[in-house]
Amino acid sequence: MHKDLLRLARAERTVRRHLLVCVMAAVLGGLLVLAQAELLSGVLSGGLTTMALLPLAAVVVARALSGLLQGVAAGRTATALKSVLRHRLLSRLRDLGPARLTGHRSGELVTLAGRGLDALDPYITGYLPAVAVAGVVPVAVLVRLFAADLGTAVIVLVTLPLIPVFGALVGWQTKVVTERQWRALSRLGGHFLDVVRGLPTLRAFGRARYQATVIQQVADAHRSATMRTLRVAFLSSLVLELVASLSLALVAVPVGLRLLSGSLDLRTALLVLLLAPEAYIPLRAVGTKFHAAMEGVAAADQTFAVLEGSSGEEPASRGDLAALPAGVPEIRLENVTVRYPGRTDPALEGVSLVVSPGELVALVGESGAGKSTLLHLLLGFVTPSEGRVLVGGVDLAGLDHDVWRRRLAFVPQRPHLFATSVADNIRLGSSASPEEVRTAAAAAGAAEFVEALPEGYATVVGERGADLSAGQRQRVALARAFCRPGAEMLLLDEPTARLDGRSEAAIVEATRTLAAGRTAVIVAHRPAMIELADRVIRVESGKIVSDRLALGGRR
Amino acid sequence: MTPDPLAPQIGGRPIRRAGGPLRGMGGRLLTAAAAGAAAELAALGLIAAAAWMITRAAEQPPLAALSVAIVAVRAFATSRGVFRYGERLAGHDVALRAQATTRERLYEALIPSGPLSHRGADLLSRMVDDTDAVQDLLVRCLLPAVAATVTAVAAVTLAVFLLPAAALVLLAGLLVAGLLLPAATAVAARRWSARLAPARAELAARVADLVHGAADLAAYGAGEQALAASAEAGARLAALERRRSRANAAALALGTLVQGLTVAGIVLVALRAGIGQVPTAVLALTALVSFEPILPLAAAGERFAGVTAALRRLREIRATPPVVPEPAVAAAPPEAPLTVQVRDLVVRHAAGRAAALDGVSLTLTPGRRVAVVGPSGAGKSTLLSALMRTADFESGDILINGTAIGDLSPDDVRERITGLTQDPYVFRASLRDNLRLAGPEADEEELARAVHRARLDTWVERTGWDATLGEDGRTVSGGQLQRLALARALLRDPDVLLLDEPAESLDGATADALMADLLDVTHGRTTLLVTHRLHGLEGVDEIIVLEDGRVVQRGHHDELVATPGYYRDVWRSEALTARTG
Repeated sequence: MHKDLLRLARAERTVRRHLLVCVMAAVLGGLLVLAQAELLSGVLSGGLTTMALLPLAAVVVARALSGLLQGVAAGRTATALKSVLRHRLLSRLRDLGPARLTGHRSGELVTLAGRGLDALDPYITGYLPAVAVAGVVPVAVLVRLFAADLGTAVIVLVTLPLIPVFGALVGWQTKVVTERQWRALSRLGGHFLDVVRGLPTLRAFGRARYQATVIQQVADAHRSATMRTLRVAFLSSLVLELVASLSLALVAVPVGLRLLSGSLDLRTALLVLLLAPEAYIPLRAVGTKFHAAMEGVAAADQTFAVLEGSSGEEPASRGDLAALPAGVPEIRLENVTVRYPGRTDPALEGVSLVVSPGELVALVGESGAGKSTLLHLLLGFVTPSEGRVLVGGVDLAGLDHDVWRRRLAFVPQRPHLFATSVADNIRLGSSASPEEVRTAAAAAGAAEFVEALPEGYATVVGERGADLSAGQRQRVALARAFCRPGAEMLLLDEPTARLDGRSEAAIVEATRTLAAGRTAVIVAHRPAMIELADRVIRVESGKIVSDRLALGGRR
Repeated sequence: MTPDPLAPQIGGRPIRRAGGPLRGMGGRLLTAAAAGAAAELAALGLIAAAAWMITRAAEQPPLAALSVAIVAVRAFATSRGVFRYGERLAGHDVALRAQATTRERLYEALIPSGPLSHRGADLLSRMVDDTDAVQDLLVRCLLPAVAATVTAVAAVTLAVFLLPAAALVLLAGLLVAGLLLPAATAVAARRWSARLAPARAELAARVADLVHGAADLAAYGAGEQALAASAEAGARLAALERRRSRANAAALALGTLVQGLTVAGIVLVALRAGIGQVPTAVLALTALVSFEPILPLAAAGERFAGVTAALRRLREIRATPPVVPEPAVAAAPPEAPLTVQVRDLVVRHAAGRAAALDGVSLTLTPGRRVAVVGPSGAGKSTLLSALMRTADFESGDILINGTAIGDLSPDDVRERITGLTQDPYVFRASLRDNLRLAGPEADEEELARAVHRARLDTWVERTGWDATLGEDGRTVSGGQLQRLALARALLRDPDVLLLDEPAESLDGATADALMADLLDVTHGRTTLLVTHRLHGLEGVDEIIVLEDGRVVQRGHHDELVATPGYYRDVWRSEALTARTG
């Protein structure tokens, strides 16, 4: 039983209701089998007349109906629970923020939120009802057997516990192996996505065909790992099957011999023959469903690990957020150090900095010096390990990040284009009119090529912007910033990195317009952009090494 | 199934098309099927023998009359589990082998395809889900069907001997439960199972957006919106899944109904016929048990529809013709030194779209260095793609040492003409492995030299050769990524070196220094350099200016700065802005 999953199922009303219906129907179906055995043995032994076939048919119909009810309710339980989990998982991913997402492999996350949760199906639709049936039906069968024939009842009572005992023994071993196999499957998915994404690079270096053999090796490793799991898992079902069928032989043979001596009547004998297997079947069903359900349990564990994983430096008092002063705020960094987990060198070390309202600051320096980290700090993607960031005198850690970010316009180094229309990509997060989108695109120098696309602004961008060139993608992302005229602060990470001279001049000009009356922090490599700045700050190995006012500034 | 327009092309490999993933597994498959059938027969034998023994015992015959039945009960009881174990192991082994083969073939089909027309996340879900389909086809459909058929035949045969009329009832019941129901579920499932995979892919794409676009979403406060979009995709998938479980449950319930009514019918027929208690009991209980392997076939039929849809999708991917066709007979690969002539090249990415390259000509003689400049979208990268055979051309020609490029195997071409391509990719592997893919045989010294030339040594010292780089280079900055790609190109050292924006994402000083180094390193090497920075181009032999896919200017740096046009404009703006660095 998965504690977290059951707690969740109990807490969600729809899930709880469907699960209850499903379990009740399963138990009812199990009990109806007893009635069926009773009637059938009666008719076959001549104890009941042919007319008893009518109630037998009625019982069969009732069993079919309870089965239908169980299946429908199980399906509803599963989809409802998966929806809840998926929603929580994705909300959690969003709350974790971009900085901490790097620790996870995106392929694995995509697998988990889709196929990974689908692994819960056998657990919910198969395992849970089976457990409920196993708790009720064998007891009912035993009670009936005790009433009918003491000898048989004792044999069943003695052999029955062997099944859960063996099942637990083998299942305990299976759990470890299945978890390992689930991780292997997850790695397999991640590895393949990695290889396919990098296929153009592999092709360029003639390594694509070689990777085919790597894929084969990974798949082979997956197969041998799975077969190891299955050899053990199926061994468990072998033991269980042997216990059950040998017990049937143990019951049937003495019953036959006692019939021979006349100490037992045929009706009871047939009832015993029909009922005895029904005591074992629910327990064995738990065993066979357990294996399929384990994959779901592993997925649930992984999901809850993401959900409850160390939230790290999440702001302590999310409910008690400070108000942000109106107007363009002053930005103040006080002795800020940022460390990324797993890295010994700090990304930023003891940085102190004041950016006055309306200032245009260019951040320059080597790649990897910490310029992007500085932007991420202002965005609240990363939190200082030491020191603090003050926005208009208020600690950023105590601010509602969503409210704060609404006042920012940001273009990351490698902007992501979403698999929606170009227009939706530009108006990301706002409800800008088509007119405003066009104006923003024009300002970013994107209007011309967007209008040349087959469906203009309605063209759907291929995944990861495959249909657009790097420069074009950069300009669509830049248009996003232009599409938030209300933003008080501009954060641009190498906005002209992928552009040629002419487009660069246009973007520099547009940035000048956009920065008017706003604070702007721009990671810049190119002279044209640097020349725009009032102030040029050079970052090296996580430290500010020079901070000087520009000669001309933007004026 | 719709006829495949590419059938003749694939027809050359008929086994691969039909039973491809199962090739060479006949023996294993037969073992699994036989063991499965034996296990079901043992179960049937167990109940038949037990029923006979008990009802016969009630007639109180001498003990000897029961001894065979007693032995049979014990033998069947023991062998059932053993057979079942054998079936499961053999069946899953075959299924996993078939799955691995399917995976490999899917990837192999993707290798020559050039630019990916499928989405990455979509491919992932197809790969994992659809290749599972082959496994399901065997374990859940084929093997159970064989075992069920054998059992049904045995049960009906037994009934014929006891009471032919009852055999008819049993046959009818088994046919309804074993053929009609699975066929019905398969048809019902097929109608919307084709919608299940796209719904999954849609959800995967939405999730991928949430993960890859996390920074953009957070910065623009669009997280809620993206979350809602993924929730909608999830809800659409859930609705389809609910319908599937409803159909499944209905089929199972109908199966239970048919089983129960068939048994009741057989008892009625047997009692009317008055054949006696022993045969009646044997008939009834055998019939009851003979349904056990039949009933799961309804679910198998439902799964079968999904399996065929998945296999069809896999076939579609494999049938997609490569962007650049392989020549029927590849010409002998050209020997270095190479002369590359591009003549009136026209490249169009899709029919109906404007030509990406429109009549471009250039010649690369050994040792000659040519730079291609122009605004983004002018067709610079397309030219490199055409040279690397990842994009085909509509008209014109590319000659390598006089041989038409179309007569050469694309792999042979890329072996010789390659370098730093657009959007280089960092694999989630060690830095050493990421570099070494460009030169698998390179020794430490060569690796170090490439790293040094790409001005990557400080970073490598800090990060370490064995540090694992993140997926999609997320822990690697743009500049580092670019220099890593450059190091790869230099390590590779091809006959014709292609460099697509080598200084992209580098800051001014580093970019200038890198370009200077590059022009130094490539001295006397056949090089085609694509760049939008003009700094340092004084040293190359020819500069070609592309705009809108056409060559608008060409010549040496000195000539071009003297002529009005794109080159002089950009050169002047660069010179102006280069004052502060």
